[in-house]
Amino acid sequence: MNILVCVKRVPATGGRILLTEDGSEIDTRHLGFTISPHEECAVEEAVRIVEAQGGSSTVLTLGPPGAEEQLRDAMAVGIERSILLETDGRDWDPIATAGAITAAIADQEAANGPFDLILFGNESADSGGFQVGIRVAHSLGRPCVTGAKAIDLGDGRITARREAGDGGWESFDVPLPAVVSVKEGLNLPRYPSVPGRLRAKKKELQRSSPTWAAGGLEKIALRLPQTETTQATVVGLGADAAPAVVDLLDRLGVLGG
Amino acid sequence: MSRPVVALVAIGDAGPDRASLQALTFARAIATALGVGLDAIVVGDSAVEPKPAALAGRGVTTALVVDHPTLTSDHPDGWAAAVAALVHERYEAVVGIGTERGNDLLGRVGARLGLPVAANCLTVEPGDRYRVARQRWAGSLIEDAWLDAPQKILTVAPNTVTVPAADASAAPALEHVSVSLTERDLELRVTSREAPARGSISLGDARVVVGGGRGVGSTDGFGDLEDLATLLGGAVGGSRVVTSAGWRPHADQIGQTGLRIAPEIYIACGISGAIQHIVGCKAAKHILAINTDPDAPIMGVADYAVIGDLHTVVPAISAEVRRRRGG
Amino acid sequence: MSSLPTRARVVIIGAGIVGNSMAWHLARLGWRDIVLLDKGVLPNPGGSTGHASNFIFLVDHSKEMAAFTIESARQYRELGVYSETGGIEVARTPERMDELKRRMASALAWGVEGGRLLTPAEIKEKVPFIDESVILGGFFTPGVGVVDSLQAGTLMREKAQALGALTVAASVEVTGIDVEGGAVRRVHTDSGSIETEVVVIACGVWSPRIAKMAGASIPLTPAVHQMIDIGPVEQFEHTTGDVGFPIVRDMDTNMYERQHGTGFEIGSYAHRAILMDADDIPSIAASALSPTMLPFTQEDFDPQLEDSLELFPEIVGDERAGVKLAINGLLSLTPDGNPIIGETPEVKNLWSVAAVWIKEAPGIAKTVAEWMTNGAPEIDPHGSDIARFYGHHHTAQHIAARTTEGYNKTYGIVHPMEQWASNRPIRLSPAYDRQRELQAEFFEAAGWERPFWYGANEGLLAEYGDRVMPRLAEWESRWWSPIINAEHLAMRDRAGLVDLSAFAIFDVTGPGALAALERLCVNKVDVAVGRTVYTPLLNAAGGILADLTIMRLGEEHFRVVTGGGMGMRDRKIFEDGMPADGSAQVHDVTNAYTTFGLWGPRARDILGAASDGRADISHKGFPFLSSKAVVVDGVQTLASRISYVGELGWEIYVPIEQGLRVWDALWRAGQSHGMVPVGIGTYAVTSRLEKGYRAHGAELELDFDLVEAGMARPSLKDADFVGRAAYERQRAAEPAAILCTLTVDDPTSATGVKRYMLGREPILTVDGERIVDAKGRGSYVTSAGSGPSVGRHLLMAYLPPDHAKEGTPLLVEYFGERYPVTVAVAGSTPLFDPENARIRS
Repeated sequence: MNILVCVKRVPATGGRILLTEDGSEIDTRHLGFTISPHEECAVEEAVRIVEAQGGSSTVLTLGPPGAEEQLRDAMAVGIERSILLETDGRDWDPIATAGAITAAIADQEAANGPFDLILFGNESADSGGFQVGIRVAHSLGRPCVTGAKAIDLGDGRITARREAGDGGWESFDVPLPAVVSVKEGLNLPRYPSVPGRLRAKKKELQRSSPTWAAGGLEKIALRLPQTETTQATVVGLGADAAPAVVDLLDRLGVLGG
Repeated sequence: MSRPVVALVAIGDAGPDRASLQALTFARAIATALGVGLDAIVVGDSAVEPKPAALAGRGVTTALVVDHPTLTSDHPDGWAAAVAALVHERYEAVVGIGTERGNDLLGRVGARLGLPVAANCLTVEPGDRYRVARQRWAGSLIEDAWLDAPQKILTVAPNTVTVPAADASAAPALEHVSVSLTERDLELRVTSREAPARGSISLGDARVVVGGGRGVGSTDGFGDLEDLATLLGGAVGGSRVVTSAGWRPHADQIGQTGLRIAPEIYIACGISGAIQHIVGCKAAKHILAINTDPDAPIMGVADYAVIGDLHTVVPAISAEVRRRRGG
Repeated sequence: MSSLPTRARVVIIGAGIVGNSMAWHLARLGWRDIVLLDKGVLPNPGGSTGHASNFIFLVDHSKEMAAFTIESARQYRELGVYSETGGIEVARTPERMDELKRRMASALAWGVEGGRLLTPAEIKEKVPFIDESVILGGFFTPGVGVVDSLQAGTLMREKAQALGALTVAASVEVTGIDVEGGAVRRVHTDSGSIETEVVVIACGVWSPRIAKMAGASIPLTPAVHQMIDIGPVEQFEHTTGDVGFPIVRDMDTNMYERQHGTGFEIGSYAHRAILMDADDIPSIAASALSPTMLPFTQEDFDPQLEDSLELFPEIVGDERAGVKLAINGLLSLTPDGNPIIGETPEVKNLWSVAAVWIKEAPGIAKTVAEWMTNGAPEIDPHGSDIARFYGHHHTAQHIAARTTEGYNKTYGIVHPMEQWASNRPIRLSPAYDRQRELQAEFFEAAGWERPFWYGANEGLLAEYGDRVMPRLAEWESRWWSPIINAEHLAMRDRAGLVDLSAFAIFDVTGPGALAALERLCVNKVDVAVGRTVYTPLLNAAGGILADLTIMRLGEEHFRVVTGGGMGMRDRKIFEDGMPADGSAQVHDVTNAYTTFGLWGPRARDILGAASDGRADISHKGFPFLSSKAVVVDGVQTLASRISYVGELGWEIYVPIEQGLRVWDALWRAGQSHGMVPVGIGTYAVTSRLEKGYRAHGAELELDFDLVEAGMARPSLKDADFVGRAAYERQRAAEPAAILCTLTVDDPTSATGVKRYMLGREPILTVDGERIVDAKGRGSYVTSAGSGPSVGRHLLMAYLPPDHAKEGTPLLVEYFGERYPVTVAVAGSTPLFDPENARIRS
C-alpha cells in the first residue's frame, strides 16, 4: 500500500504561550518544534501499515524551510521519503494549504502512481481549522473519514473507526484510495532509534515552492485569552488535609457511600 | 444583502440540544447585526419529524427539514451536499457548532462550495467581510481574522456562547425541502456502530474524576488514584505525559488531544497544569489540586489545593473516606 | 505562598546543588538565620542541577579541581547518594593513550586510588556492549560514580533545617539587591524583602543576572550541552540497581555514555559552542521542559550519533531503542574554565558560588563556607577566586571567545602550557612592537602579551650547543623552545632584558598605610624609605596566600608589586585590609607603570651607560633590596635592586607612555655588552628553579606553611599580622613536609628518548610507593624545568622529613614510566650560586 502522510510543523509549547511583541506570531525563540500530535499518530500508522503489508510511505508538509526537521523526524521513525512544500513562513489558510497539497499530490501521483491512503491529523495543534484533509479529499474525489482512532485494512478497502458522540464507536468502511484524518490515541507513536535518525538524514527530500494564495480566511493578529486565574484555597498540607478534603467532598455531594 | 443567515440545529425529543442552541444564538446575532432573517436547517435523521415549537423564542423564521428517502445522520457527505446546496441557494452565512461533527460537516460544506470555513469562533462582527475571533491551540490562544467569502461558513466554539432564555418570538414555519443527492454523496456512511461500554463509569460522565500527572510517577503509582476513584464512584484520567509514557491508555487522556471533561469535582494529582491539560478540565465545576508545588500553574485554575505529595495525601483521603463510612 | 522572614544573617539565592550545599555547610559551621531562595520549585527548581548527568570522574590534572571533586564525592558518599560504578576513559588514538598515562599520574599525585590502564579486552569485560576494536585502551577509576544530586540537595537542606539554621522559600523570585556603603543590605523578592548581612549567589546560569542587581559582575555564560537518552535497551532489562556498568568517556570524540536503568545516556561536548545570554533564559512558565532544558538542535548532534554508534553498536544501533529525551541542557562556562567563587570585588558580603558543576559542588560549598566563616578554607580556591578577573575578562566579547574556544577542550588533551588563541592581543607592553621585531613568542598572562622567548636569539643555540638541553619528545617540546635555555645561559654569562609589564602594582598611601601593611604582611614593612621588603601573606590559619615585594617610597607611601596572574585577587586582599577610618588607601597603578628587568653580570655596566650617571648604582651605593630614582635617556624611572633570576640587576619601573623610550635606551646600551632579550621562560622557570625561588600557585598555596616552604625567618617581627598565631605554632612544630629541589638523574625513557617532566607529577619512593606526609598530603612536583646552568632537569616537591634529605633517591612518574631522581636540596638553599654572590656583586 502506498501511503502519504501530511503533517504540520508546530511549536512545542510550554506552560504558557508567549506572543511576539506585535502579536503576529507565537514567540518561538525558546521553543522547539514538533509534528502536531495527531499527525505523529498518522506517521506511526503509516509506518506500521507498510511494515505489516509492504508498500511505500511518504511524508509531506507545507511549511517554512525549518519544517525539514519534522520531515526528518517522520523519516527517522520509518517513513521512506518526504516532500517539503516550502513557504516563506507566512500563514496559509486552509483553502490555500489544501490547494497546494492537492497540486503536489497530483504531481506525485502522475509520476509515481496513486497513493492508496492519504493520512492527515484531524486538526492541527496550532490553528485548529479541522478541514485541510477534507478539502484535499474533496478535490481528489476520494472519500474522507475524520477523527479516526483505528484503521483496519481490508482488501482494497479500509475500515476507519471513530468515537461516536455517545461514548460508543462508529465505523466507516471505505474503498481505497481514501483520505483519513486521525486523532491521537490511534496508536502510541514510537521514539526514533539512533539508526533511524541517521538513516533519515540520507533519505529523499523533494522540495518545491508553491505560490502563496489568499484563501478567504486571513489572520489579523493573535492574542491571549483573558484568563480567570483563581487563587486556590489551600485546604491543608500533606496527609493532614484528608479530613478537610473529605468534608469538601461531602459538601459537594460526591462523597456518596 | 438580504439573504438570511442559517444555523444548523439538531432536534431531539427534548428539543434542540445545547450545542444547537449555541449555534442558533451565534447565528441570530449575525442576522440581527445584518438586519436579515434567521433560518435553521434541522440536521439528523430526516426520517424524524421535528416539532417546530422546539425552536420557538429563538427568532427563527423558517426551519428547513430535508426530505430525502435515504439520507440519515450516518451520511457525512450526504448531509454536506444537502447543506451546501441550501446555503449556496439561499443564505448569506451558515453557522454550526464547533464539535467534532459540526466541524466535520461544515468542513465538507466548505470544500464543496470552495468557500473558507472559520472554525471555533468566539465572536463575530459581520459586514462585507466578517471579523471573527476564533480559538487556536484549543482555546489557549485567540486569533482575530477576516473571513472574506460570498457566503460565510462558521462554527462556534462549544460552550463559549451564553444561550439566553427563549423570548416571545414565534415558532418557525416548517419547510420541507427536498435535495437531490448523488449516489456518490451517499457512498460514505457509517457501516457499523458499537454501543458505549456498560458497567464502568466513563470519564465523560463521571461526577468525580481523579486525574494523575507526571507526579504519579509510574503505572503502579495510579493504584492510589484508582482506589480513591472507586471509593467515590468516579473515574481515573491522566495528563498527556501519563498517556504518552504508557502509564494509562490514551482513552484516559484529559486535554487538548484527549477528552474534555466536566465533572462535579476534578481531583488533579501531581499535575502541573500545562495548557494542553487545562483546556480539557477547565469545565469541571470544582477543581482540587494535590501538588507539592504551591505555585504550579494548576493552582491558577484550581478552587482548592492540598500542598503535599500525592502518594501520601491520596491514600490519606481514601482512608478518611473509609473511616467515615465505617463509623 | 511561602512566608519569608524579614531578616536573615545570610540569604542564599538558588536551591540547586550549590545553594543546598552552601546552606548545609554554613549551618554546619554555626551560621544561623540562613534563608535559601529559589524562584522554582523544590526539589528541582529548573536549573542545571535538574538535568545534570550526575556522574563524577575524580581525576583532573588541576590540583584544585581534583581536590574539590574528591571532597565532593566523599560528601555524596557520606550522604548515601553516591553509586560507585567505576568509570573508564577510553582512547581511540595513541596520543590519547599517552594522555591516559598522564591522567594515571595525576590520579597518583592527587591520591585517587585504584586507577589503572585497561586493555580493550579488559574494558570489554566491564562494558560488554562496547566495540573494543574501536579503542586502544582505557583508564579505569573504580571510585567514579553517579550521584542523585536532587536527593543530595534535599538531604543537605534537611540537615540544615534540623539544626534550626535554615528557612527554605521556593517559588520566590529575587527582584533586587540593595547595596549600602559598598556592602549588601537587603534582598527584594516578589514575596517581600529580607534585611541581610550576607548574600550568596548560587544561581548557576542565572548568576550574572542576579549579580548585576547588586552592581557586581560574574563573568560566566550559559552554554548548551547536548544530551540524549535512548531506551528501553533490552540488554539492560536485567541490570540490577540503577547503574550496573561503568560510565564510559569517549575522550577523543568529546562524549560520554552511560547506562541507567534500561536507558542509555549519550552526552557531548563535541558540538559547536552554543552560548546564550543569562537575560535570555526563558521563564519557568514559558519553557517547554525547564528553563535550562532547551529545544534540541538535532543537526548539532548528528555527527556525535555516528561516533556513539561506532563505539556501542549493539546499544545505540538497537532499532527498538528510541530517543526518548533529547535536550540542549544549559550549563555554565567561564573564560578560563574554572568556577567563579568568593566575595565579589565590587560588593562586600556578596559572594559568588557560580559555574560550579555537580562533581565539585559540595567540595566547593565547604570551601566557600569555611572562607566565609574564618577566611581559611582547607582547599586553596585561588584558581577559582572571582577576584582573579581583570576588566577585559568581564566583557561579553572575551567570555564568548574563550568559552567558545574552551568548550571543545572539555575532554581535550590540554598541554599545561597551552595558550589561548582567541581574543588576543589585549594588553600590550610599550615595547610590544620591538619584541615582535625580535620574533618574540608571546604567551598570555593576565591579558598581557609576554615574550616567552625570542626567535631572534636562535643564533645562541650554536653558541651553547647541548647545554640548551634539547627536547626530542614532542610533548615537552610543545610550547617550548631550546632558545629559552640559551637565553638563560646568555643572561648568566652577560645580561638579559626582560619585559615584566604583567606585574600588578599598587601604591598604598596614607597615615594608616604602614600599620595596615604590617597587619597584612609576615615580614617587617617598617623599613627605611628606599628599602624593599619581600614578604609572604598568610590567611588566619597560616596558609600561604601570596608572596610579593613592597618598596617603601616614603614614610606613608608603599609600592606593592605582585604577579599579574593573581594581581586582582591580591589587590582585593590589600583593599580589604585597609583601615575602616580611611587613613590608608590602595591605588592600582598597574596601568601607569611598565617594568623592565635588567639582569646579568653586565647589568650594572648597561644601566650605567643608559642612565645619566647621576645616580650611584654601585653595589655599595645601591644595595640589594633597595630602590631609587634613576634617569634613563631623560626618563625618570624607579630602579629596584632585586632579583628573581639570581643575578645582579634591577627591575626598572617606567611611566608606561615612556616605556618604549627606556626599552630602546637599555637596548642600545646593552649591545656592546652582549645583552640579549630574555623571555619569561627563563625568568619564571629556569633561572627561578636553579635559585630555588618559590612561586605562588606552585609551591606557595594555602595548604602549605612557611616553615614547610623553607621561608621561615629566624625571628618574628613585633607587630601582629594575619596568621601570626598559626605561624607561631607552625614554627614551634616539626614540619610535616619540606620543600626540596630534586634533580632528574636520568631522563632516558624506555624508548631511549629523554623525557622532561613539566610539573604536577607524583613523586614516589624507589619502591614505587606513593609518598604521603603526616598531614595526608601526597608528594608531587610543584614546579619543573630545565636547569641549564646546573645541567640537570629540576623538580621541586614537598617531601616528608624522612625523604627530605639531600641525596635521597626517589622516583618520578611521567607518561607511565618512572625516572630516578635525587633530592639535591632540602630547603631553600639555591642549587645555583648557593652563596648568592652574583646577586650581591
